[in-house]
Amino acid sequence: MKAYDVAELAVRNLRESVLRNSLTTLGISVGVASLVAMLALGIGLQQLADRRLEKSGLFDTVIVTSRREFRNFSREQEQNGPSPAESPSLDEPARQEIEHLPNVLEAYPDIRFVTELRYQDKPHLTMVAALPFSAKDNDAFEGMAGNFFSSAAAPEVILQKSFAEQLLGRTVGGNDNTSVAELAKPLLGRQLIMRYAERTAAPSQSNESGNVAGMAYSVISREQILNIVGVCDLDPDSLRQQARARVFLPLQLAENLHVMQPSDLRDTTNVLNGKSTYTTVEVRVKSPKFVQSIEETIKKMGFNTFSIVDATKNLRQFFAVLDLFLGIFGSLALAVASIGIVNTLVMAILERRREIGVMKAIGASDSDVKGLFFAEAGVMGVFGGAVGVTLGWTIGRVINLGANIYLKRQHFPPEQIWFVPWWLVIGAIAFAIIVSLLSGLYPASRAARLDPIQALRYE
Amino acid sequence: MGAAVNGPASHSAASDGSLAIRTENLCRYYRMGEASIRAVDDISLSIRAGEFVALLGQSGSGKSSLLNLIAGLDRPSSGSVIVQGNDLARLSRQDLAKYRLRTVGMVFQSFNLIPSMTLLENVELPLRFAEVDRAKREALCCHALDRVGLTPRLRHRPSELSGGEQQRAALARALINHPRLLLADEPTGNLDSHTGTEIMNFIREFNESLAMTVVMVTHERALAERYAKRMIFLADGKLVESEPALGLDAELTRGGAL
Repeated sequence: MKAYDVAELAVRNLRESVLRNSLTTLGISVGVASLVAMLALGIGLQQLADRRLEKSGLFDTVIVTSRREFRNFSREQEQNGPSPAESPSLDEPARQEIEHLPNVLEAYPDIRFVTELRYQDKPHLTMVAALPFSAKDNDAFEGMAGNFFSSAAAPEVILQKSFAEQLLGRTVGGNDNTSVAELAKPLLGRQLIMRYAERTAAPSQSNESGNVAGMAYSVISREQILNIVGVCDLDPDSLRQQARARVFLPLQLAENLHVMQPSDLRDTTNVLNGKSTYTTVEVRVKSPKFVQSIEETIKKMGFNTFSIVDATKNLRQFFAVLDLFLGIFGSLALAVASIGIVNTLVMAILERRREIGVMKAIGASDSDVKGLFFAEAGVMGVFGGAVGVTLGWTIGRVINLGANIYLKRQHFPPEQIWFVPWWLVIGAIAFAIIVSLLSGLYPASRAARLDPIQALRYE
Repeated sequence: MGAAVNGPASHSAASDGSLAIRTENLCRYYRMGEASIRAVDDISLSIRAGEFVALLGQSGSGKSSLLNLIAGLDRPSSGSVIVQGNDLARLSRQDLAKYRLRTVGMVFQSFNLIPSMTLLENVELPLRFAEVDRAKREALCCHALDRVGLTPRLRHRPSELSGGEQQRAALARALINHPRLLLADEPTGNLDSHTGTEIMNFIREFNESLAMTVVMVTHERALAERYAKRMIFLADGKLVESEPALGLDAELTRGGAL
């Protein structure tokens, strides 16, 4: 029998017992819907986590430190590589070498320091960090109030939301849902006075005892007036955890100010070279996929590295396991539905025993009969899969809507916690068809094996 | 050893004298618990192409079992059934299905139309199995149903028809693939005498005009005498006698209602 005829007869036969077959198909739909809803939730949560990580702006960043800093990011880094004393210094030539590695966009020194900022004559102590001008494109500044720095060396400052709240004397954290725009209104265009320690070079001259071994410099307390140009909601510096800054300066300005860095003190005892070194260099790569290879290269150069890819590896593993379990739970309903298909088709064979006998008597082959029952299972799978995906999609929309109503009540911005990719739609329908066909295997072969004489005698 | 019974030279214009069906020491046993029932017991017979043969006997005499063996619905326990040179016992399941599709047309006592299908769909079914083009199928079915006078009933389901109409539709279905053999298992068993005559007239017409070999199972001797050219009597699975039909003369036979 031709495939078209098989399909036509299958649909026709299914329509004959419309209630029973609809209920069986509904069973498959519920199974597929639960699978789709579960996986869509898993994928949605994973994407939400990815979005959050990407918004940190450090997804494509490698943080490089000298082994001399004794800041090992892992046990492996602690044990391998040269000893701290013999390791290279993270100085300007090293930064340039890193910057010229393939697929590296830029490598810039990480300048950060705790200092005092005065606003309306009130002192505030916080961590200040320098940002390269390229950070303008960082997602973290997408929803910010005000503007990014007007130039790479402008005496301007961007505040993180919590510091803006602190300046205005509002409660920090908690459930305060004040918008960034509202916070920025009284602050934009106003000035902050930053007091900082400037390091100025001092000639390496012998003192009275004549025992100066390394470099020497002077430290001078200075003040810098900074214009507040922006307030950002998200934390562009979240990777730094305790060392995260809440006030940001343009990188070139920070370099021009020669703010005293923790490494400066160590440089005075560095016997290998007399030049100043960096505590940390941040390396931005073209794409997160290059992060690992660049990290390897930099490690070979004798430095310690850290990237958020390391941190997300565990997170991805967690989501893979979560998706697996959600998929298994979702499939359980489909497994139950598949038993429904077997039951329906076995019942159909009993009811249509005589019909099968007649078909064989008038020339149907075993494969015609088998194909017909197989197609009936397949048609139930196609319809069940299509309805199930629609149902699952609807369930997901409702869950998303409910979750967003809850988030809104808790003063959180709306989130997409649920996502149905096209491959899930196709995959779920294909899976439903495969499960249905597998369920139809036994009934179809049983129908094909029926003895026509016995079948014709059946009343 | 069963008697090898060859029918007398047929007087029918439809019979061309060549052998259509030959059975040799054909046996079919069924096991019922410890006992073995010999439904067909060592039957050897020959039926010529175009013959109209009636298998007669009491209930349980083995006539339907023999018909099922000739139809390729059942396989012999021993012996052979040779139809148009092919030993059915040696055919694979697939080839046997092809044989039933292309060589044999069957009608049953209880009509055996598929209740969920219209007459047109029922008649179309063997064409689907034979993979005949869709475009040709409807015309073929309409023609077949027209031939048995069912054109106004094309879209009706079997339950909406009388017994006679159902059996006519079953005849149309049996003939749709132009088989060489028409096997009828008590085709008038569920019909009144008038309708039965109508059906038998159709069968005779097909036997004569299409030169089809007809094997009909019946327990009505009068019916067999009237329509068949030869009667074969079975008892307890054995062939007991074969004789030419004695009833109506050839004149009346050929001058049937249709």
